[in-house]
Amino acid sequence: MRRSHEPLLWLLFGAGGLLAAWLGPALILFTGILVPIAAERGVTLLGYEAARGLLQGPAGLAAVAVVTLLLFHAAHRIHHTLHDLGLPAGRRTRLGCYGAAVAGGALAAAAVLAL
Amino acid sequence: MAGERTITLEVQRFHPEADEAPYLQPYTIPFSEGTSVLEGLQHIKDRLDGSLTFRWSCRMAVCGSCGCMIDGEPALACRAFLRDYAPGPVRVAPLDHLPIRRDLVVDQSDFLAKLERARTYLIPADERTPADGAYRQTPEEMADYYDYAQCINCLLCYAACPQYGWDQAFTGPAVLALVQRYDLDSRDAGKDARRAVVNADTGVWGCTLVGYCSEVCPKGVDPARAINQRKPASVADYLLGWLRPSGGEGTP
Repeated sequence: MRRSHEPLLWLLFGAGGLLAAWLGPALILFTGILVPIAAERGVTLLGYEAARGLLQGPAGLAAVAVVTLLLFHAAHRIHHTLHDLGLPAGRRTRLGCYGAAVAGGALAAAAVLAL
Repeated sequence: MAGERTITLEVQRFHPEADEAPYLQPYTIPFSEGTSVLEGLQHIKDRLDGSLTFRWSCRMAVCGSCGCMIDGEPALACRAFLRDYAPGPVRVAPLDHLPIRRDLVVDQSDFLAKLERARTYLIPADERTPADGAYRQTPEEMADYYDYAQCINCLLCYAACPQYGWDQAFTGPAVLALVQRYDLDSRDAGKDARRAVVNADTGVWGCTLVGYCSEVCPKGVDPARAINQRKPASVADYLLGWLRPSGGEGTP
């Protein structure tokens, strides 16, 4: 019986799910709602320079990790959902899903490095 | 019996030696509040058509023999009541995903072979004889696996599982839940022997947690929980496998 290599993907999926549950709502609340509302009222909660300074430190690495793992979580779920819907989810969908997650992670890394 | 209620059962028939393909045969039978679908089938066999073939034994959801698809859902015929399907017609077919032997009787060979391969029986740590007396455990230790021990091998979960429907190589809900039942038993030392079955692509990793198996289980076993409870341990096996000489696969 061939041992499955799914555990590796499942670990990344689990890590992404945990981070999404922990940080997702807070990140959306802060960067998506509070910062723009404050900015409208002339209060700068997180200006460009501050964000840039933050992301150039270890927080940049953390941001790339969070983005990549969240994308992995989504990729894994999409891949398995395709399978559950009875669509042929084989090597190509696998490559497409996880490849997109890796590409998104690389894009995040490039963006942080370009700051 | 004046004013007796009747209902039509559309039963799927198939005698492989005579029929090209399965077909539905309608039978109209009397029923009362307490008539189960199984009793309806028995009425047909006793009074209308002796050639109708189905399995049954206990009539009380203990033996697991009379599982079939009732209006498209896997159920025990003894636990489903005709009153709930009135005015009908109600469609009775053999369990999905399993080969048909005759009418409502399915071939269980694949399941039985998997049950054996997974070694779903107690493998004690020490050699014991009846002279050693009862193999004791605390109520807390029993609670760890008790729910999973309620399985009656009725195969409703196999008929419910889309993964098994697509790929019969998948070990499937009941066998994986039973693996967990023995692995969690404080008296058992057979985890290594069951590892290869669990860690394969066709083991716990074949499950995508659809959860329909747990919904249809007549004994509240919750195979979906058992399987997904086992995934972290399988991950640990995978990672430790790089350190272990056997590769963490155990005996195949």
